[in-house]
Amino acid sequence: MTAGVSTPSAETGLATDAVVKPERTARNRNVRHRLLVHGLQLAVLIVLLGGWQLLTQTGRLDPVLFGEPTGIVGRLQTWITQGTSLGSLGQQIVVTLEEAIIGFLIGTTLGIVCGIALGRIKLLAEVFGPFIKVLNSIPRIVLGSVFVIMFGLGLESKVLLVIVLVFFGVFFNAFQGTREVDRNLIANAAILGASKWQITRQVVLPSAFTWIIASLHVAFGFALIGAIVGEFIGSQQGLGNLIRAAQGTFDANGVWAAMVIMAVVALLAEWLITRLEKRLLRWRPTQLSGPDL
Amino acid sequence: MPTELRSVPAGTPAIALTDVTKRFRTQTGPAYTALRDLDLTVGEGEFCAVVGPTGCGKSTTLTLISGLEMASEGQVVVHGAPVAGITPGVGFMFQNDAILPWKSVLDNVAAGPRYRGVPKAPAFRDARDWIRRVGLTGFEDRYPHQLSGGMRKRVALAQNLINEPRILLMDEPFSALDVQTRAKMSTELLSLWDLTRPAVVFVTHDLEEAIALADKVVVMTAGPGGTVKATFRVDLPRPRVVQEIRFEPAFVDLYHQIWETLRAEVDKAYAQTTGSAVSS
Repeated sequence: MTAGVSTPSAETGLATDAVVKPERTARNRNVRHRLLVHGLQLAVLIVLLGGWQLLTQTGRLDPVLFGEPTGIVGRLQTWITQGTSLGSLGQQIVVTLEEAIIGFLIGTTLGIVCGIALGRIKLLAEVFGPFIKVLNSIPRIVLGSVFVIMFGLGLESKVLLVIVLVFFGVFFNAFQGTREVDRNLIANAAILGASKWQITRQVVLPSAFTWIIASLHVAFGFALIGAIVGEFIGSQQGLGNLIRAAQGTFDANGVWAAMVIMAVVALLAEWLITRLEKRLLRWRPTQLSGPDL
Repeated sequence: MPTELRSVPAGTPAIALTDVTKRFRTQTGPAYTALRDLDLTVGEGEFCAVVGPTGCGKSTTLTLISGLEMASEGQVVVHGAPVAGITPGVGFMFQNDAILPWKSVLDNVAAGPRYRGVPKAPAFRDARDWIRRVGLTGFEDRYPHQLSGGMRKRVALAQNLINEPRILLMDEPFSALDVQTRAKMSTELLSLWDLTRPAVVFVTHDLEEAIALADKVVVMTAGPGGTVKATFRVDLPRPRVVQEIRFEPAFVDLYHQIWETLRAEVDKAYAQTTGSAVSS
């Protein structure tokens, strides 16, 4: 009898629980999952860096040749507090970034303009197509030497190398993006009264932007490579020069430390480009599936 | 802003196609003849529906009138002037969405006036007016992907009507919509059409839709080399309610009559596709 009375209240208790619980457990599960991911990431890092440190300290790897994590941190500290052999660390970063960014801006602008022009105007594509294919087949990094000979050890030779490296990727994407524009969109704009130039500006360019922006991620990576390799080949300042100096004195930790700095710069740039992408392509429905990197 | 056209003698049809043939070059083999010796006349303010089986050249006819394509032979004359380049004063509703996905509803509808140099303020005022007329008030700032298929069609309609076209070409504009939405959109199209009364060429597969909307139904022969087989007058009274008109005896009679003509062509087109499927 008592059991018959108590059961309903127990049931209602269960029911309210069932209403509140799923939401809370879903959030909990989410938090727990994120903790798990970050925990595993930390573990991977500890195993890699700890293993490296252990191998050099136990003498299995020569720290002079392979460097060691504590040494790299130490080198970064001295660079930050006392400056490098070439001057202050900030100045080296600024020099390299200046070359990369100026070259990147000029190279992408040229790539976009040329890509769209050749995509829109058939005659241009027919005339310049073979030239561009030939230029693209050259290992362009060699041009770095040519530019250093022509323009000396300063800014110009690096900027030119960056432009050459950045241009082609952006160009091919802009060209392809221009040719993939929905014919209906162009026909519709033409019928509504748009001129050729208005169609290019307001229909083709935004449409091709999905393609162009995809190439910008890779292009900035190329810009950094161009600046560093340019400095490698011949320069008086910059991170590339710093690496070469470290290599010359068998300073493995110095090379690694410069690499850490470049990784930070590249990640920052990647973050900025992703922000730009989100802003420019906010009209697109979110349709990505699969994990984000 | 009405499109300016030179004065045309009274009685000149809005659209006149005479002996029009259209061939397309193909990558391999001989040219493909889409239309052969086509004659079609549409009067000022007339609503003309074109029906025919798949591949009979219905859509090609529209591209010739709009000036997107040029006829290989024969004459395409709009308001007394031969077509050369994009025809002025024409609106075109495509089968697939052709509104710009990166522009808001307001910017899309205002596109026509903006292209033609109308300043922002009056263009937007006009656009808001047309957005209200197609029943999209409150959606001005949405992007197309945030709208339903029917709403996107309304944007396309407003985008065309804001230019006050004297000719409206429609290529199966509602074929992607579900049956109920489609009937509602058709009724709304008729009341919007009544505001400015442009000449309309409405291409469709659907005979019921054609009769419900049009003053005149043109039946085309199966392609390749499609041409006009027969023309039927639809004298049903206006205003019409598309959802209900199909129950009227006069509608049913017309449907039977036109279907007799259309059926032979549909069978022919079907035999061709299955025949080619077997031989290939």
